[in-house]
Amino acid sequence: MPPPAVRVSGLGKRYRFGRGRHNTLRDLIAARFRGRPRWVAARTGTVPERSESETRWFWALRDVSFEVHCGKVLGVIGGNGAGKSTLLKILSRITDPTEGEAEIRGRVGALLEVGTGFHSELSGRENVYLSGAILGLRRAEIKRKFDQIVEFAEVGRFLDMPVKHYSSGMRMRLAFAVAAHLEPAVLLVDEVIAVGDAAFQRKCLSLMSHVASEGRTVLFISHNMAAVQSLCDVAIWLREGRIVDAGPPGAVVANYLRSVSLSLTERTWDDPASAPGNDRVRLRRAVVRPAEAGAGETITTRSPFLIEFEYWNFRPTGGLGLHFNLLNQEGTLVFNASAPAANPDGASPQPPGLFRSVCRIPGDLLNDGTHRVELWIASGEEVVYRLEDLLAFDVHDIADLNGPPFGKGVGAVRPVLQWHTELLSQGDVPVRSG
Amino acid sequence: MTGGITVLRPSRGWVPLRLAELWASRELLYFLVWRTVKVRYKQTLLGAAWAIVQPVMTMAVFSLFFGRLARIPSEGIPYPVFALTALVPWTYFANSLTQASNSLVEQESLLTRVYFPRLLLPLAAVTAGLLDFAISFGVLAGLIVWYWHLPSAAVLALPFFILLTVVAALGAGLWLSALNVQYRDVRYVTPFLVQIWLFITPVAYPSSLVPRRWQAVYGINPMAGAIEGFRWALVGLPEPPLRLLAASTATAVVLLIGGLVYFRRMERSFADVV
Repeated sequence: MPPPAVRVSGLGKRYRFGRGRHNTLRDLIAARFRGRPRWVAARTGTVPERSESETRWFWALRDVSFEVHCGKVLGVIGGNGAGKSTLLKILSRITDPTEGEAEIRGRVGALLEVGTGFHSELSGRENVYLSGAILGLRRAEIKRKFDQIVEFAEVGRFLDMPVKHYSSGMRMRLAFAVAAHLEPAVLLVDEVIAVGDAAFQRKCLSLMSHVASEGRTVLFISHNMAAVQSLCDVAIWLREGRIVDAGPPGAVVANYLRSVSLSLTERTWDDPASAPGNDRVRLRRAVVRPAEAGAGETITTRSPFLIEFEYWNFRPTGGLGLHFNLLNQEGTLVFNASAPAANPDGASPQPPGLFRSVCRIPGDLLNDGTHRVELWIASGEEVVYRLEDLLAFDVHDIADLNGPPFGKGVGAVRPVLQWHTELLSQGDVPVRSG
Repeated sequence: MTGGITVLRPSRGWVPLRLAELWASRELLYFLVWRTVKVRYKQTLLGAAWAIVQPVMTMAVFSLFFGRLARIPSEGIPYPVFALTALVPWTYFANSLTQASNSLVEQESLLTRVYFPRLLLPLAAVTAGLLDFAISFGVLAGLIVWYWHLPSAAVLALPFFILLTVVAALGAGLWLSALNVQYRDVRYVTPFLVQIWLFITPVAYPSSLVPRRWQAVYGINPMAGAIEGFRWALVGLPEPPLRLLAASTATAVVLLIGGLVYFRRMERSFADVV
């Protein structure tokens, strides 16, 4: 097996709180005088120690070790301030590690921000050269790839116009186009695809997978879990500067999502005395989970899932009706559902006892985002018991490059619809004048 | 570089100068210089004319107040020629020093987002100033011809004095730029420093006003030697100011080497502190 393209062992980076050591000369001078003349202190018998509380440190990254092999894509996920960007900054040599070491084989291209080195007064053409040179391309290389870059960026006739007149989208496309043609052995990408429209994001993502297919190595930070799952061969999850989990992206992403989502996918009350409800009915358990075992605990827009309720019925009644509302993030009611009566014939009363009702919700129905479940139990027209915010769960965007664009879909549902388009008549279409 | 292995680990103590890496990125230096020049001329109304206006206006003011009214001696050289010969290198030095000292802080977004030898930034600032220098030098040449005060063979030594000026500007610029990242006061100190520096440099007056035994001390200011060298090479003094020159050259070299070492040492924390 060839040696890894990137090998990181025990990497750590420590920062001081605040900006720098001393922001102004005044601080420096003040620090020199504050308790500093040791001979004075020595005479009075109180040698001032540099107290640990005065210099406060924090580790932005600690004990991080991993390897990435040639042609593999590593996804780095984690919340804000988890150390993701610090990791890329060290690997791209912008900042030194405090401890540990990293080894990288071949030229490193870093894309930590779209438009690094752009100057708004210069034209698009000039900026391609400038930004290319800053990112590490030779002039001859830029010249050779110039047409490709311009084509990728789709700026066409605006090429000789100062970049300050560009729309932000054009600017971004041009900047990314330059970086995309770096052809480094190891490409470091920091969340650049979070900006821009869906088409641009798709372009960036497919370019990254292309880069990897050419045998280059990609390290990429993203909050787009769908992209991480579809693009990466391996993922690491950072929290407070340390690796929490590493492995196949599906599993790492699922673990990460479980830890961050505010979801409430399972609730159980074992004691009938204190369970929510009243003297007629009490809730024992409510769960939302994927319908298919082995799918992990992640519900995606495509996967069918189950909502289960268990409740005690204390009195024989004419039949309890179990209803729930499913609401989305915006509070819109997506649908309402009612369980059929527990006593199928409807004649005999529902006996006292513990009941379970399971509702299967098909895949390709809900849009992505957080959803809530409201429950109420009725007897005929009379509401016996009602509980808002019983469950909350996330529906995740599906990892599918060929599917709809990444990002939040519009609307309450995202059904997969059947279409049929046919050619009715060939040739010129008569146009009505006027 | 393809195929090479980069090892990243904490650097401690003194850092090698890595001049080979600097040479390898000469194309980037070219682009940075090109950008500085292009942007400066695009954004300003007068563009390249600024290179002429600044020294020529100063020369006019100096000629009136120092030459005509204060009657400061000018070694028998017409005062305007005497002043401009000093003002052309001085303007280059003062501007380059100011630009270089701000070069890192102004390029914060580059420092924190992409790696390249950081030395290129002050180096580009000092190099970009050479274009303005060339333009104003043309004016100086015109003035010399106008007064018909033609140089002797000493003019052949001129490249050395230009180099001395560049080294002095770069040396001081390296110190100030690195300090500026850490201490933002430097931004306010620099204009003041440049002003004081002008007074201790023989721009408006000849260095012969300084007693002979103090010449070596006076020459600790590298610009003193550079400017007297310019005068000697261009408009002719009977003998070269050797004592002054020796001291100035020595300080300039020390300033540059010290600046390089200090810059390299501070470099690793630039991205964290800026």
